[in-house]
Amino acid sequence: MLKIENLTATVGEGEDAKTILNGLSLAVPTGEVHAIMGPNGAGKSTLSYVLTGREGYAVTGGSATLNGADILALEPEARAAAGLFLSFQYPVEIPGVPVMTFVRTAMNAQRKARGETEISAPDFIKKSREIAKVLSLDPEMLKRPVNVGFSGGEKKRLEIYQMMMLEPRFMVLDETDSGLDIDALRTVAEGVNALRAPDRGMLVITHYQRLLDYIKPDKVHVLAKGRIIKTGGPELAHRLEAEGYDGVLAEAV
Amino acid sequence: MDCCGGMDEHDETCTEVKVKEGIDAGTVAAAKRLESENYSAGFVTDIEMEFAPKGLSESTVRFISAKKGEPEWLLEWRLDAYRRWLTMEEPVWARVNYPKIDYQAFYYYAAPKNAAKYKSIDEVPKEILDTYAKLGIPLREAEVLLGVEGAAETAATAREKPRIAVDAVFDSVSVATTFREELKKAGVIFMSISEAVHEYPDLVRKYLGTVVPATDNYFATLNTAVFSDGTFVYVPKGVRCPMELSTYFRMNAESTGQFERTLIIADEGAYVSYLEGCTAPMRDENQLHAAVVELVALDDAEIKYSTVQNWWPGDEDGKGGIYNFVTKRGDCRGARSKISWTQVETGSAITWKYPSCVLRGDDSVGEFYSIAVTNGRQQADTGTKMIHLGKRTKSRIISKGISAGKSDNTYRGLVSIHKKAEGARNFTQCDSLLIGDKCGAHTVPYIENRRADAQLEHEATTTKLSEDQLFYVRQRGIGEEQAVALLVNGFVRDVLQELPMEFAVEAQKLLEVSLEGSVG
Ligand SMILES: Nc1ncnc2c1ncn2[C@@H]1O[C@H](COP(=O)(O)OP(=O)(O)OP(=O)(O)O)[C@@H](O)[C@H]1O
Ligand SMILES: [Mg+2]
Repeated sequence: MLKIENLTATVGEGEDAKTILNGLSLAVPTGEVHAIMGPNGAGKSTLSYVLTGREGYAVTGGSATLNGADILALEPEARAAAGLFLSFQYPVEIPGVPVMTFVRTAMNAQRKARGETEISAPDFIKKSREIAKVLSLDPEMLKRPVNVGFSGGEKKRLEIYQMMMLEPRFMVLDETDSGLDIDALRTVAEGVNALRAPDRGMLVITHYQRLLDYIKPDKVHVLAKGRIIKTGGPELAHRLEAEGYDGVLAEAV
Repeated sequence: MDCCGGMDEHDETCTEVKVKEGIDAGTVAAAKRLESENYSAGFVTDIEMEFAPKGLSESTVRFISAKKGEPEWLLEWRLDAYRRWLTMEEPVWARVNYPKIDYQAFYYYAAPKNAAKYKSIDEVPKEILDTYAKLGIPLREAEVLLGVEGAAETAATAREKPRIAVDAVFDSVSVATTFREELKKAGVIFMSISEAVHEYPDLVRKYLGTVVPATDNYFATLNTAVFSDGTFVYVPKGVRCPMELSTYFRMNAESTGQFERTLIIADEGAYVSYLEGCTAPMRDENQLHAAVVELVALDDAEIKYSTVQNWWPGDEDGKGGIYNFVTKRGDCRGARSKISWTQVETGSAITWKYPSCVLRGDDSVGEFYSIAVTNGRQQADTGTKMIHLGKRTKSRIISKGISAGKSDNTYRGLVSIHKKAEGARNFTQCDSLLIGDKCGAHTVPYIENRRADAQLEHEATTTKLSEDQLFYVRQRGIGEEQAVALLVNGFVRDVLQELPMEFAVEAQKLLEVSLEGSVG
């Protein structure tokens, strides 16, 4: 279970420090998928960065635990090894590093951190092929440098490829649907659904109900002003789609 | 002052980037890890040595020449150079800072006792064999063949283990040269230059000093006067050298300068790939290394020259380290000849080095691929000169500079298109990567063009190792130092691909070690 309690966090340093998360509480039990929706600038991506330990974001109060263990004290790579994965809203280009090299390095680093043995080259290639197929990714693309020259949609698909390869225990998907065409949305959702399991949890950040037609959430949260201001079932996403945020924002005051 | 002199006047083209805001608060601690445990080549070999009297004078020159039993013409050549050197001034145009060198404070000749008498590998003292074994350079051919050690070990990832012939230079003398007999069967001459002077005097005399004249520049002239040993290679007409050749330079003795001289000749249609490696013990004094390398490629010949330079860079405060002042030049003397320089420079306190190509033959090709890494307080001023003299000559320059810690890294290059170089072409790409906010990267490209039909392309980029990239990589579970290494490897990939396989593996490891502790 991912458990966030009364989390406050700032971005920026010294005088410029700005509070973005302001007493945010949220619990995603293992085996469940929760969605987070909320207006632009509400702090959704900030939450994902704070959870994964990005520099420049300072936790000023509260806690976050994954299966009972405090994750906020860990280095980003240790959080990853503990099973936390972020599908980035804006995936980053890494010139000169082929996708396969990158993912294999990551996989082995995680395994090493967990005291497991490295994956063999043939096993890795086999796995990579299977996943590429599920996601309709051209295997040639996996020989290219990470995200360099990839289209917006391709980048998002590559995030899911990495996620499926690394098999994390808890994943945060930040607007994975943006930039995907209709067919890609379906394939990506299939990939994500394939990872749904009783021992995994998921937090899906999105602006649109559409994605939630494919990835059915157990709960939907509304994040605004740095807090979760409302939580409901899948029907909450439909209401937001129809009414926008004004109604829930007014109720929250 | 031909080597690179004059380029200083064009320093205004220098694009200087000093980055202020940084990803690493810890660059102060940066160079720390560079020290001791990470410089695995930093040990000293305890062996009885023989020295020339300290300092430099005409009698030092005579001493060295006599030690080698050189012919009169060579002694005269040295003495001329020495007298000329006395009238020259040390160049100051490079972007490097160091206290004035006291040329009287060095030994100009240091050799293991009885070195001249080693007739076979069995006579080489165990300490020396152990030294090279420790550095991963097996000197016993059988070991290379069996892949017992070192060079073969790093190549273990490759399917078949390529064989590499080695000339091992220990301070001022060559102590062993492997696979000589086998190479001789193919007609390839591979031996120390001291031996070649005796065994092939005509060949040596014909080519020595024809690419880098005795008068070339301060350091080259000094080298001409006092050069001690180095490698001689001659590949005859139409022969493709059956294995990689290499020289491994080791500076061991204290207060000693190393002045080696390498001469490689590829006769018509010949091909040779040559590798050079260097290390030195950690000492807190500065040591001088002033080498000269001359390459000659005749019609249709090709020489590929790769360097992995890992001289001791000095400690975190900039104490000690090698001053590496090197003159390397290739002469594409024949039509359709080709010379490629590939260098991975991770060591030295100061690097001053511009491997160049004189494209004399029509349709000849010159290439320069460089990775220069500076960390701690290292300073590197390196680049190339491509001199286009012949028709349709082509050159290609790809330089990747990586600066970390408090280091300074300068690319300095000249592309010169002469009047007769009809249809000459050059492509230059200079990329700099900055790690941290206390280092500097500078690009000083200089072009002299006398032809309207020349095609010259120049691209330059300076990037900072970005926080975004670093976080992205770490989020996937890769630790910070490995993340930096991965990003840097990506940055230099197109140059690493130019290195022979087994050296690329080595170079990759070196990069990783050199950059350890470069981020907070
Ligand atoms: N480095 C930063 N410096 C200053 N402000 C920042 C920084 N990073 C984020 N912010 C601000 O924090 C707020 C929350 O940003 P965040 O990216 O978390 O929003 P979001 O909910 O993900 O929005 P969107 O739906 O547009 O992706 C925004 O107002 C943003 O401008
Ligand atoms: Mg966002």
